Amino acid sequence: MTKKEIFQHNILHIRKASPLKKNETLAAWSFCAIPLLFLFFFLITPFIVAFVISFTDQRLISNPNLPTQFIALRNFLRLFNSSDFHQALWNNIYFVLVVVPLQTFLALLLAVLVNQKLRFINLFRMIYFSPVVTTMVVVAIVWYFLYNPGEGLINQFLSFISFGKLGPYNWLKDTSLAMPAIMLLSIWQGVGFQMIIYLAGLQSIPDELYEAGRVDGATALQQFRHITIPQLRNTTIFVIISTTILAFKLFTQVWVMTRGGPQGASKTIIVLLYEEGFSMLRVGYASAIGVLFFLIVLCISILQRIYLKEERAVT
Amino acid sequence: MIKGEAMTKFKKTASLKTQKTISIIFSYFILIILAVFFLFPVIFMFISSIKNNEMQIIRDMSNIRAFVPYGEIGLKNYFDVFQQMPFGRFMFNSVFIVGTTVLTGLVLNSMIAYALARIRFKGRAFIISLVIALMIIPAEAVVIPLLLMVNRIGWLDSYQVQIIPFIVDAFSIFLFYQFFIGLPISLDEAAKIDGANPFQIYRRIIIPLSKPVFATVAILQFLFRWGDFLWPLMVTRGYEYRPLTVAIQQFFSQDPKVWGDIFAFAAMVTIPSLVIFLLFQRWFIQSVASSGIKG
Repeated sequence: MTKKEIFQHNILHIRKASPLKKNETLAAWSFCAIPLLFLFFFLITPFIVAFVISFTDQRLISNPNLPTQFIALRNFLRLFNSSDFHQALWNNIYFVLVVVPLQTFLALLLAVLVNQKLRFINLFRMIYFSPVVTTMVVVAIVWYFLYNPGEGLINQFLSFISFGKLGPYNWLKDTSLAMPAIMLLSIWQGVGFQMIIYLAGLQSIPDELYEAGRVDGATALQQFRHITIPQLRNTTIFVIISTTILAFKLFTQVWVMTRGGPQGASKTIIVLLYEEGFSMLRVGYASAIGVLFFLIVLCISILQRIYLKEERAVT
Repeated sequence: MIKGEAMTKFKKTASLKTQKTISIIFSYFILIILAVFFLFPVIFMFISSIKNNEMQIIRDMSNIRAFVPYGEIGLKNYFDVFQQMPFGRFMFNSVFIVGTTVLTGLVLNSMIAYALARIRFKGRAFIISLVIALMIIPAEAVVIPLLLMVNRIGWLDSYQVQIIPFIVDAFSIFLFYQFFIGLPISLDEAAKIDGANPFQIYRRIIIPLSKPVFATVAILQFLFRWGDFLWPLMVTRGYEYRPLTVAIQQFFSQDPKVWGDIFAFAAMVTIPSLVIFLLFQRWFIQSVASSGIKG
């Protein structure tokens, strides 16, 4: 819907101002009341509470002898100096740096592949998408078995294609391999989602552009480089941003496979949040982690809005 | 001369044709290799789950036999799962929690979106910007204070703690809003002249025209809620209210691991979502595609 349409839509309503107006306002608010109440109690309130208790030493089960105290920025200062937090933050960034470019590229490649007019192409689309509907806990358990240190299928496969030169690796128990192992399975599970988004993007590119390209004698590769890629700009921004945000939420597969180990090598921000808030019951401290996590996501979202706005201003 | 030209032309089209055939064969080759990559873990899981002999699963894990159903084939592992734990209860919990959340969510989220998209009223602009702002807040950022809150009101270990906080969802409201605002306003006008009130317009006109967006929201919410793990891990203690995701994780983390049983459990968690996907695959693909068209 364009701005003009929205404007006309509004005009129509203003013209229609009638004695029924009051009834309509009442009806509108009765439609909104319950959903707003839910949002207030389960999103807005905990969000505000998160900020408030991140300045206290609140615990999950309060001790009557030790009342909760306001401790100003101490939680945040502790976080900034905590090597656990540094490691978790770095692991998330490491995950973003590897997974986001790789998964975006792979998603585009898959989308181009399944955008061909071939028989059974729908079957392939479904197959590539199927890991997305497979629950992450199950995916993590199955891959845990595939990563089996000695005789696991992945070790055997690597050894087979390298004529026995590679492996066997102790994937999930090796500090330098635990993260890459989790990355591979995350890409395997998630790439189908982005593939579909790219596919929708590809199919919305007008055919005339390619025809014009062909008339000008552009090769397939040139067409891809000068027509497809620029036309997919918004889709790419969306894919990159949403994958980055998902990468910062990384928890389930890590918790099932390594619990953040070995020696914190796969610990992420949300793993730390869970351990501090739930296992150690340090709710105040965990809320500070939650607040920082929110600020990271907020910055990424703002980046997205800036880039998408820029695009609109140009066209 | 002319003959020669025709000849080269013929050769050209012929070579173009073979080129095309080669490129099609090449495409299928790549497509099939990728299909193997995306399918092998799930096939591996299903095949292993029907191998009754635990030793055989371990022996087969390192080679191609992991994908071949041979030896003692049967459903022993599945019966084991039912014998060792209240699997039916876990399944019921997941279906009940996800079903209730998604269905109630469809009603409430579409109702508020309808009001925001189709009725002019005081406070509308504010609510719209509020919903858009709330979309940014990830659930993970509020789980800890939410845990503190539900603990205070004694909701731990219950169904409501896994349902009620997730019914109303800003992103779902936004998807509905975007769809509703695109429907022609003349529909409402005509109905109003006929004396329909806003609720009747919503019920009789908007809902029947909005099946695609209802399907989109239902499918996306189903995917997110069915796989939810962090929250149920924090709020369920006993097995009474535990959903499948937490149940399988706890079964998996017990030692010694009996892989046949684990794979049978995993297969039973996967089958419902896989069946729903196969039944509604066109809708799934469309839902995901439309989730990307934002902003």
